[in-house]
Order: sequence, then C-alpha cells, then structure tokens
Amino acid sequence: MSSILRKDYVVVRDDYAGAGRVSSDVKATLSSIGIPSPILRRIAVACYESEINMLIHAYGGDITLEIGDDGVIHMTFSDPGPGIPDIEKAMTPGWSTASDKAREMGFGAGMGLPNIKRVSDEFDITSSPEGTTIQLSFRVT
Amino acid sequence: MLTSRIVELLGAQPVFIGNEASLGTEITAVFATDLMSDALAMIQDSPETTLLLTGLCNPQVLRTADMLDLHTIVFVRGKNPVNNLTELADEMNLNLYSTCLTMYEACGVLYSAGIQGIER
Repeated sequence: MSSILRKDYVVVRDDYAGAGRVSSDVKATLSSIGIPSPILRRIAVACYESEINMLIHAYGGDITLEIGDDGVIHMTFSDPGPGIPDIEKAMTPGWSTASDKAREMGFGAGMGLPNIKRVSDEFDITSSPEGTTIQLSFRVT
Repeated sequence: MLTSRIVELLGAQPVFIGNEASLGTEITAVFATDLMSDALAMIQDSPETTLLLTGLCNPQVLRTADMLDLHTIVFVRGKNPVNNLTELADEMNLNLYSTCLTMYEACGVLYSAGIQGIER
C-alpha cells in the first residue's frame, strides 16, 4: 500500500487547553478531500477519544493520519507510557482510572476505548509500561 | 421543532450564534449529559439536528459537538461560556444558548413539548 496523504501530529503532554485540536484538523482535512459525513463522523469520534486518552492517561504522544491508495484511512496513536496494565479491563464499558482533571473535562466515564473500537472498521491495541499504540482503519468505500 | 421555539420554552438566552443557517431547521432530538464520553458514544448515529443539553461549560463540549456535526448547544443551570468559548464556537459554526433551568427542568420542559430523545 502506498500513501496518497499523510499527516503527522504531536500531542503535547498536559496541554489540556489544546485538547481536540488534532482531531479538529483531522476532520477538516478529511472533509476537504470529500470523505462522506457518516464515515467522517466515526473517524472524528475515534480520533478525539484517542487524543483525549493521550492527555488524560498518557504523557502525550504522536498521531498519524494516512490514506492509502487502497481507499483505507489509517490512524495510529502512539504514546510513551505509562501503559495500560490490563487491556481487557480497559476495554470494559464503564471501567475507568481517569483523574479528577479528566472528569472535569467531561471524560473518564469508561467509554473511550470501547467506543473507539465500536466506530472503527479495524482496531488493534498493544501496551507496555513503555507506551501504548492504537492502530485504527476505516474503509471509505 | 424550530430552535426559536425551544429557546422560548427554556427561557434561554443566546450566548453566541455561529450558524445562522441552522436556525431555520428543525431540532429533531435532544441529548442531555455532562459526560462528553457518553455524548460521543451515544449521539454518534443521530442526525446533526440533535441538540446537546449540558451543564458542563468548557472547550471539550464544543469540540464534542463539532466531532458529532451538531450545531446547537444549550447550557443549563445558568452556565455562560466565557469569551474563549465563543471564539471556538465561531470557528466551529456553533449556536450557544444558556438557560437558568436545571438539567431536570429543561429535560422535562422539552420532553413535555414532544421532543424525543435520540434513537437507540
């Protein structure tokens, strides 16, 4: 697969004021190339939840948006830790380890990862104390 | 139901109008929450004519509405966004209102007037 578009973003640790800026740019970028609304909304939701997770659970991280010539949109979210001790629990709706800060922002209800998986066509997550990587794919056609 | 009628029912005041075009469209459903995680999980399949009713007043509410393509937010309990939120609302073409009603009262008023919740 070759990329027909790629954008790389950095989520700065503890930059709560900027939370969601990457997701807004991803949505605007995909909208500008004509990605249809229902798919665009799913990607925006997954991206925003993941971006928020990088701020409230991790030390920031990197986000990559990539559109392949096969018509699949790939998103990768990589953070440098501290990792998820129990992914199975983290994938359970309602289970949360969120901080008071996260709850002030309206997050931490334990719906993030299950929702990201639900709206994605493909979902893969790996985690260790050195960091977590989430890879998502969305089929446009 | 038109936004103007909803505003009247709630005794709400406009805080910022960033999407005048949507004022002539019908609001078809209401979702009420202070948890943006729940909004992102539940409203995902609802039309953009869904109104978000919330007591949370921060940039994440606007970002959430933007991700879901919503255009109308009503803040309950007299919450009134500060200037930095109106700038963001302008950028995202959102209409913001504020009502002194509590969440419970606002939901009751709108439900009694015939506006449904989201389809599930």
